[in-house]
Amino acid sequence: MTDDSVDGALVKVHGVDKLFKRGSEVIHVLGGLDLNIPHGEFLALMGPSGSGKSTLLNLIGGLDRPSEGTIEVGGKRIDKLSNRKLAGWRARHVGLVFQFYNLMPVLSAQKNVELPLLLTKLSRAERKKRAAIALDVVGLSHRTGHYPRQLSGGEQQRTGIARAIVTDPTLLLCDEPTGDLDRKSGDEILDLLQALNKEQGKTIIMVTHDIHAAARATRTLHLNKGRLSTEAIA
Amino acid sequence: MKYFYLIFSGLKRKKMRTGLTILSIMVAFILFGYLTAIRQAFDAGVEVAGADRLIVRHKVSIIQLLPQSYEAKMERIDGVDNAAHTTWFGGIYQEPKNFFAQLAIVPEELFDMFPEFVISDEHKAAWLETRNGVLVGRRLADRFNWKLGDRIPINATIWGKKDGGRTWEFDLVAIYEGAEKGTDTSQFFFRYDFFDETRAGGTGQVGWYTVRITDPDKATEVAAAIDAEFANSAFETKTEPEGAFIQGFANQIGNIGFIIMSIMSAVFFTILLVAGNTMAYTVRERTNELAVLKAIGFTDRAVLGLVLGESLALTFVGGAVGLGLAWLLVSTGDPTGGSFPVFYLPTRDLFVGALLIMAMAFIAGIIPALQAQKLQIADALRR
Amino acid sequence: MFNWITQIVAVTLFSIRSLPQRKGSSVAAMLGIAGVVAVMVGVLSIAQGVLKTMESSAGEKNAIVLRSGADSEMMSGLGGDDTRIIAEAPGIARDEGSALASPELFVIINLPMRSTGTDANVPLRGVQAQALKVRDSFKLVEGRMFEWGLNEVIVGTGAQKQFAGLDIGQSIEVGQDKWPVVGVFETDGGLAESEIWVDAAVLQPAYRRGNSFQSVYVKLNSRDAFDGFKDTLTSDPRLNVKPMRETDYYASQSTVVYNMITGLGTLIAIIMGLGAVFGALNTMYTAVSGRTREIATLRALGFRAGPVVISVVSESLILAFTGGLIGAGLAWLAFDGYRAATLNWASFSAITFAFDVNASLLIQGIVFAMVIGLIGGLFPAIRAARQPVAQALREL
Repeated sequence: MTDDSVDGALVKVHGVDKLFKRGSEVIHVLGGLDLNIPHGEFLALMGPSGSGKSTLLNLIGGLDRPSEGTIEVGGKRIDKLSNRKLAGWRARHVGLVFQFYNLMPVLSAQKNVELPLLLTKLSRAERKKRAAIALDVVGLSHRTGHYPRQLSGGEQQRTGIARAIVTDPTLLLCDEPTGDLDRKSGDEILDLLQALNKEQGKTIIMVTHDIHAAARATRTLHLNKGRLSTEAIA
Repeated sequence: MKYFYLIFSGLKRKKMRTGLTILSIMVAFILFGYLTAIRQAFDAGVEVAGADRLIVRHKVSIIQLLPQSYEAKMERIDGVDNAAHTTWFGGIYQEPKNFFAQLAIVPEELFDMFPEFVISDEHKAAWLETRNGVLVGRRLADRFNWKLGDRIPINATIWGKKDGGRTWEFDLVAIYEGAEKGTDTSQFFFRYDFFDETRAGGTGQVGWYTVRITDPDKATEVAAAIDAEFANSAFETKTEPEGAFIQGFANQIGNIGFIIMSIMSAVFFTILLVAGNTMAYTVRERTNELAVLKAIGFTDRAVLGLVLGESLALTFVGGAVGLGLAWLLVSTGDPTGGSFPVFYLPTRDLFVGALLIMAMAFIAGIIPALQAQKLQIADALRR
Repeated sequence: MFNWITQIVAVTLFSIRSLPQRKGSSVAAMLGIAGVVAVMVGVLSIAQGVLKTMESSAGEKNAIVLRSGADSEMMSGLGGDDTRIIAEAPGIARDEGSALASPELFVIINLPMRSTGTDANVPLRGVQAQALKVRDSFKLVEGRMFEWGLNEVIVGTGAQKQFAGLDIGQSIEVGQDKWPVVGVFETDGGLAESEIWVDAAVLQPAYRRGNSFQSVYVKLNSRDAFDGFKDTLTSDPRLNVKPMRETDYYASQSTVVYNMITGLGTLIAIIMGLGAVFGALNTMYTAVSGRTREIATLRALGFRAGPVVISVVSESLILAFTGGLIGAGLAWLAFDGYRAATLNWASFSAITFAFDVNASLLIQGIVFAMVIGLIGGLFPAIRAARQPVAQALREL
């Protein structure tokens, strides 16, 4: 495991707290968290339910704001960006893969993958071309015209991954990507992610329950009660 | 724009619901178009009324007659360009329900006073040559399928003939078209000289006068001058602008405008509820999808636009089809079978319809759109 | 049988419990139906109001005599001599020796409407003393009867409310003269309440009518006396008249207006009803789709399709009924008794009337609502019942 100098890390999380209000109750999901993620890392985040791993993922991806602390990605302080700028930033720098795929049921696979490209200034022909390339990378060139309901779970997730990489983002964030898949399909997805990481140098952060999935990563961290450690708490 | 695809595909999500909502909106606009045509039928007369024309009638009641000798006196009044008298005949053609206006008038006066009646020179000449000839409007001729040369018998109820009979026979020698869409082409004009020499009583008496004035801005003054001329005589007059006269007539039938407005308000209100409800459900069910869009990088405002866009697409489709169907329905003809002087959907009201479509889209969609805009990604993505 | 009922109850309980989730959609459909019913009842109450006025006017035993060929009093004309001959016909009831036959003059006078300020053609009727006896619903409610031979008039309550200048103490202008209003009368909601009455002897010279009238109203001994009465008059060579039963006469007067309004009102109601059906279908489809898994679970457990259908349809019917009730109630509150005036095409004169939201109309409105509810619930219900259970269980 190469050790980039801390200053060269792609993601720098420092002193981050996250609070949630449930009615009158205040819940501390994350407390004083520090984390640095270098370029090209495939990081697995594990931990029991409610430990805050999805929350951390959301914060790094700019889907939510920290209550305290700073988050820097690629040299940019994303915790200081306005909502509008954050949206634009996400469009260019982040690719998201969800446990339940979150594809638009009314769009074909091709159109689903093109979705993030609508936010760019690319022409129609360009968008189509890039989507086709992305679908080819994930091995779904033969299913581009199909709708999500016509695809298997594994194929839907691959479409999700294609959508996530079509803009060539800096960061790929995956929240339980194999959680809804059987062993075989799950392995295919993990193969894909690993390939993206090793061959194309994509930085990937993956939240998972599954030890086998985590084994594919280059580093695994455990989150418990809002704190990170390199080992799982028994 | 490229987002059209996204907007329309959103509508495909729950086809049944989208379809039914569109149908409801369509119905509202069919009603709007049709009722507008009905209201126009009552308003048209007022709109095309000559700004430079006044109507002079007997002061006490419209059914009282005026002397024909008044014509010369009126024309001598300052500001009066020409005066033409018309008399209501009130006969029956075949049966009472075939009602239409039959009027006795001097042909040259008609030509001069009512340029909105477009008559070919041939027909004008024919009418001037035929003593019992009639000039009929296109709408009326079409209604009964009359052709030039037809003999038309009318049974008099008010005006008996000198020879004791009650059936007046007329020859159709001329047809007039309307210069404007709103011109009444459902009238039946015959010659005053024939009328006066054939009628049993009332010789030298006429129904009312149409007066053309030289300066429309002086309408009130000239009207007052005319009434002053005949005040304290045996036949006092009441003069008013043609538009006001027709409006007064429509007012007697009822406050049509108000009734129609009320109905339309009720209709649009309820349809708004339906459309608004659909949009609300749509957003509520798609919280997850909308959150994903935001996660991918669509801004809050973009998502607001998307929801409003869907609302507009919905109302546009329903509204456009509705207006189109209303147009078709209106062109099938007058629902009263001929009593309306005109019956059409004014283009101006199509524009109003378009505005209503947009207003409806906004009102129905704005609250759900705002909710979509405010959606917090992390909350919404939480399973 | 008992099993069925339990099932229906169980399914219905499920739906009632989930109602709060769908309250927006349910309220929308209900208000939609309320709107349709309110408009339908409102518009049709106009026609009913006109009809009621007409019907109240007609005396069972009464007849009216017009000149042959005339459709209304306005178009008719009878000489003074003719009216005397008519009064001698058989079948006419007598009171203190004199025949209950009333020759009358019917003209128009232009007066401004209170609502718009523009002129309306107000009926002005010249009567003789028998008129009050022939029309036995006549009742003076304010002021006094006019004095015979004087330029005095009495006005019907309808006319007084709709047209300006008809309060007691005010006068109408006829040529150079002013005829003061001295009393207000009612005729049990009938047509005469739209009219102004004056002594015929005063009206004739004012309108230059010599000794002519327009009609003769008679009260017969009995309803059956009409045929004999009519035959005598039509076979008399001196006369050229058209006797009609008053009921028939008034029916003919109101036909045009009644048909037009009823026709338009029905058309509007149907179109709106269609819109409401779509709205109701929308609601019920949403209602059903939200509970697909519930319903499928029940069916998987052994509940039959029938109770599901009934439950969905009942829900729709209840919504529709409530909406219909609200709409009918609104219409009744807003419109019943609302006074207005319209034009009687036959006589070219104004008729005043009151919107009549009667029981029959209210029931029609509610039935209409139920029909909408039935259609709105039936299709979604059938669809819910037909959907394959396994598929429904998987649906999210």
